[in-house]
Amino acid sequence: MKNDNAMKHGLILGAFCLGFGILIALTDRVTAKEIAARAMEDKINSLSQVLPAELHDNNPISDAIVLKPEPGKQGEHAKETTVYRAMKGGKVTGLAYEIRGSGYAGEMKLMLGLDADGKILGVRVLAHKETPGLGDKIEVKKGDWILRFTGLSLGNPPVEKWKVKKDGGQFDQFAGATITPRGVVKAIREGMEFYAANQAKMTEVK
Amino acid sequence: MATYGRIARDGLWDNNGVFSMLLGMCPTMAMTTSATNGFGMGVATAVVMAASGFLVALFRNYITTEVRIPVYILIVASMVTVVDLGMNAWMHELYKVLGLFIPLIVSNCLPLARLEAFAAKEPVLPSLWDGIFMGAGFTFALTAIGAVREIIGSGTLFADASLLLGPAFKFMEMRFLPEDMGVLLMILPPGGFLVTGLLVVAKRMIDLKAGKEIQMGGAHSVAA
Repeated sequence: MKNDNAMKHGLILGAFCLGFGILIALTDRVTAKEIAARAMEDKINSLSQVLPAELHDNNPISDAIVLKPEPGKQGEHAKETTVYRAMKGGKVTGLAYEIRGSGYAGEMKLMLGLDADGKILGVRVLAHKETPGLGDKIEVKKGDWILRFTGLSLGNPPVEKWKVKKDGGQFDQFAGATITPRGVVKAIREGMEFYAANQAKMTEVK
Repeated sequence: MATYGRIARDGLWDNNGVFSMLLGMCPTMAMTTSATNGFGMGVATAVVMAASGFLVALFRNYITTEVRIPVYILIVASMVTVVDLGMNAWMHELYKVLGLFIPLIVSNCLPLARLEAFAAKEPVLPSLWDGIFMGAGFTFALTAIGAVREIIGSGTLFADASLLLGPAFKFMEMRFLPEDMGVLLMILPPGGFLVTGLLVVAKRMIDLKAGKEIQMGGAHSVAA
């Protein structure tokens, strides 16, 4: 008798799992295309903020290249990087790719745009989990902090100044949030070093 | 059976999820750094509470006592996922602002408590009604806590409301103190505890003045 009951409860729970599992699967199926389209629109929007339209006559997304990670590299550098390339007259005039930094509450994803000389065209935050009201001032919607990087490069300021002020660098942190800007500055510096190391591959036109 | 008026009063004030029952403290502390954030979290929670209250009441005769808790969690989590996906697809602008909060609803014990205390025993419509008004009361509480923390902490009120509600609500965005004059403590976690505690006291004092008995999450609900 007791076993019968256990069976019955198990079946009820199983039936609900199945039913709601189907509901979620259906929702996913109905929304997947829309969500992918929205994500693509977001990507185009964020790309146009870091690759100004007057720099290119192509579609940077279709002229993207994928850089394989160097063998033997660990962690962050072990991922492949999609590099969106702005071209004009068959020459690469700008590059944009995703960079990652670690923030206060996990990974932050940013889009870094560089011109062919390695000067920053713009940086935008794509996704983060930072504290609302504190760390989220890195978003362009909530503050102009992220705009200060435009026009800078690896030598300007010198590489040892690519830190927040608290660490002896030249970039302001926010009141109440140091870890977030520190992570962003580090991600940008590493992003530019990535360009310096892979410049030939990234600007090569086949 | 409770009347609709009673249910609404309970949800909004008498038996308020935050100020009376002290439930859902995790999102309450985390999302009330500004009035706008609190409001957004509250609305998203209210939608999930209404939908899950409706569903639990609909299936209440099939859910056995032994497996009710996993089934409730399953229903709340499914509703959260459906709302999350649906908003991402069809209300993308809103999702970009609110999307951050939605998965957090699963960690809120207020929906679960209302399912157990109300929707499991009552018909479909009162349960839907209870979800809506408990959610509205939650929204009210989070907006109030957020407003106090924001005014003292950042010197603003309803900052970025136009991002959440649309450009027409730009007028709501106010500034009381000059920039960087705020008391940062209020934005940080201790501020959440301080303001929530003070507002709970304020609510009890109002109730005492009105000659009502202080309710400890008791009278109209099963302690949950």
